[in-house]
Amino acid sequence: MTWLNEKERRIAGFAAIAFGVVALLPLVDQGYYLSISVNIVMYVVLCTAWTLFSGPTHYISLATAAFFGIGTYTVALGIDTVPFPLLLVIAALASGLLACVVGIATLRLSGIYFVIFTLGLAELVRQVVTWLQTNFSSSLGLYVFTDFGEQHIYWMLLGLAAIVYITGWLINRSRLGFAMQIIGNDETVAKHVGIDTARAKVILFIISGAFIGIVGAILAPRFSYVQPPSAFNPMISFQVVIMALLGGTKRIWGPLLGVIPFTILFDQVTAYFPNHTSFVIGIAFMAIVYLLPQGVLGRLEDLVRLRKRFRMVSAEEGNNP
Amino acid sequence: MKRRTMIKTVAAATLAGVLMAGGAYAQEVIKLGASAPKSGPLAGGAEVSHWPAIKLWLHDVNARGGIDVGGKKMPVEVIEYDDRTSGEEAIKNIQRLATVDKVDFLVAPYATGLNLATAPLIAKYGYPQLAATAVTDGVDEFAKRWPNSFWLLGTSASFAESVADVLVKLRDKGAIGDKVAVVNVADAFGIELMNAGKPAMEAAGFEIVYETSYPLGQQDFAPIISAAQAAEPDAFVAFSYPGDTFGLSAQAKIANLDVGAFYVGVATAFPAYLGANGAAAEGVLGAGAVNPDAPGMAEWRARHKDVTGVDADYWASAMTYSSLQILEQAINKVGSLDKAAVTEAIKGGTFDTVLGEMTLDGNVNRKFWTVGQWQGGKFYGVASTGIGGEAEPVAKNGWE
Repeated sequence: MTWLNEKERRIAGFAAIAFGVVALLPLVDQGYYLSISVNIVMYVVLCTAWTLFSGPTHYISLATAAFFGIGTYTVALGIDTVPFPLLLVIAALASGLLACVVGIATLRLSGIYFVIFTLGLAELVRQVVTWLQTNFSSSLGLYVFTDFGEQHIYWMLLGLAAIVYITGWLINRSRLGFAMQIIGNDETVAKHVGIDTARAKVILFIISGAFIGIVGAILAPRFSYVQPPSAFNPMISFQVVIMALLGGTKRIWGPLLGVIPFTILFDQVTAYFPNHTSFVIGIAFMAIVYLLPQGVLGRLEDLVRLRKRFRMVSAEEGNNP
Repeated sequence: MKRRTMIKTVAAATLAGVLMAGGAYAQEVIKLGASAPKSGPLAGGAEVSHWPAIKLWLHDVNARGGIDVGGKKMPVEVIEYDDRTSGEEAIKNIQRLATVDKVDFLVAPYATGLNLATAPLIAKYGYPQLAATAVTDGVDEFAKRWPNSFWLLGTSASFAESVADVLVKLRDKGAIGDKVAVVNVADAFGIELMNAGKPAMEAAGFEIVYETSYPLGQQDFAPIISAAQAAEPDAFVAFSYPGDTFGLSAQAKIANLDVGAFYVGVATAFPAYLGANGAAAEGVLGAGAVNPDAPGMAEWRARHKDVTGVDADYWASAMTYSSLQILEQAINKVGSLDKAAVTEAIKGGTFDTVLGEMTLDGNVNRKFWTVGQWQGGKFYGVASTGIGGEAEPVAKNGWE
């Protein structure tokens, strides 16, 4: 690995400043804007972690809720006995392990089979947890009482976001990232040039799942009361896919462009149309699919290309008076 | 271009209207914030027990000219948000209500999970939280942890133990023998009730001849009912949630389950239960209740139907309404909108509600209905923790 070049150093500096500014938010507002920011950062991390795997491979994973729930349950079960930072590590290991097992079993499948399996996975894990609790404990609900306020959860998520971005960037630079690009373009070709495609996919699935598990763990204190339907809520899986696709999955910062407008839009809809949320959201979905089939990122790239072409055209015209 | 100008004008006018509406009434109106499910898994229940009760109370209080605050009548306006049955949305809504809308008071969220998820925040802002739709055994712990929180609907243990008491009464009357089939939904409420109810029944000398649990969201109840039927029980008890309450009842009717007592859990007290089961509902026991013949209750139910267009349920609707009556009377007593003073007034006070006189001992309502029974088209409370006026439970007599 080489040192950063001039451009990368500039981007790194800019990103560090941006993170620093965003981290100051709790000093300005402790109320509504902090809470909506927690939701935004949460989905930024989830969508970016999701994109780490699904972006290059084009495998749509609906297993987000499974990893998220495992993280939440790790904290719920251990909060009274194990220190919180250690719980985050255990959450990462547990979700990573699940991703590993699932990955080995299913990543040889492709397309729609994988989607269906991951959708079932969250439900399966939820039923297993329910069964375990029904048979081995007295109540399904678990209480997570901590002294964390919204601002602590916000800072932890922000820190995690930074780690996810750095990890994503490192992967892109590595042999693994290169292999993923080839797999994404044509898996058969990748196999023929000697890439162990199954191994590469499993590794990436583990990394992605572990990050999602940590998000679930960080969020557990926010809910106070953890039970299977809320921890393994399938809506999380769907929202992550929708937001990530809205943003665009070709680049690691693509989901960011989807999460921020989507969360704000959703929020405005609940505020101004409390009785017609589903209806208005449905219309918004259709508008998004119709107007932004390649996501916000794709639209941006179109614009950049258009501008370049425009410049070229005007330059040519300048040469031929 | 023209269209764009028009959109801009409309947007500006709307914005101005919103801003002006916010400013002009700030001094005259009491703003009440409400965040609860209007979509998601719990929306069905909230649309029966939560939202209509708020609407009715708002209608009633504003018909009186508002709440009397230190001699000045202040009308009430409600700001409603949908939490989509999600904890993170509920938290955000409470933040918005507290810091952007700056409401004077809150209606507590709907159901146990959402009340707990929002409790730390509501405590931070110092609003009294009158949880009218949460049944959990943690009430004393929560009241201690969040001294501004009040728990009105009761504990799971009492609900389950009352089932055993009612069965004993029916056995004494010769309506049933000793054999009971017990099933539960594998979810919070169902498991808590099972854990308290099974030992209580065994202690009362009942023999559990069939026992199972099923996952939340199960659709097909034929195997459960036929397995129970094969065990030949005298009573069938299901600690169930709304979907399964309806499913089990329908299946029991189809199979003509021959028992002298049939108990199903949440939603038995919904008017829709009578609607779905008709004559077969007669004699069915269920979780929660009211006394429909208590003074004022029939009139209140009629007004509920009149104002909101839907029937009140026979359980939490009246409790949600009562929680708002308590809030109103506490504000009235304090004579200001000071949240801390109102919270203190709720702690010490005795309140006159649609459910009768209510006091909150250690922030918890200790007298509540636990088991009800459909008798002649109404759902009568047959067991409570000391309210009085319980109806006598009767044997379930067939499904026709």
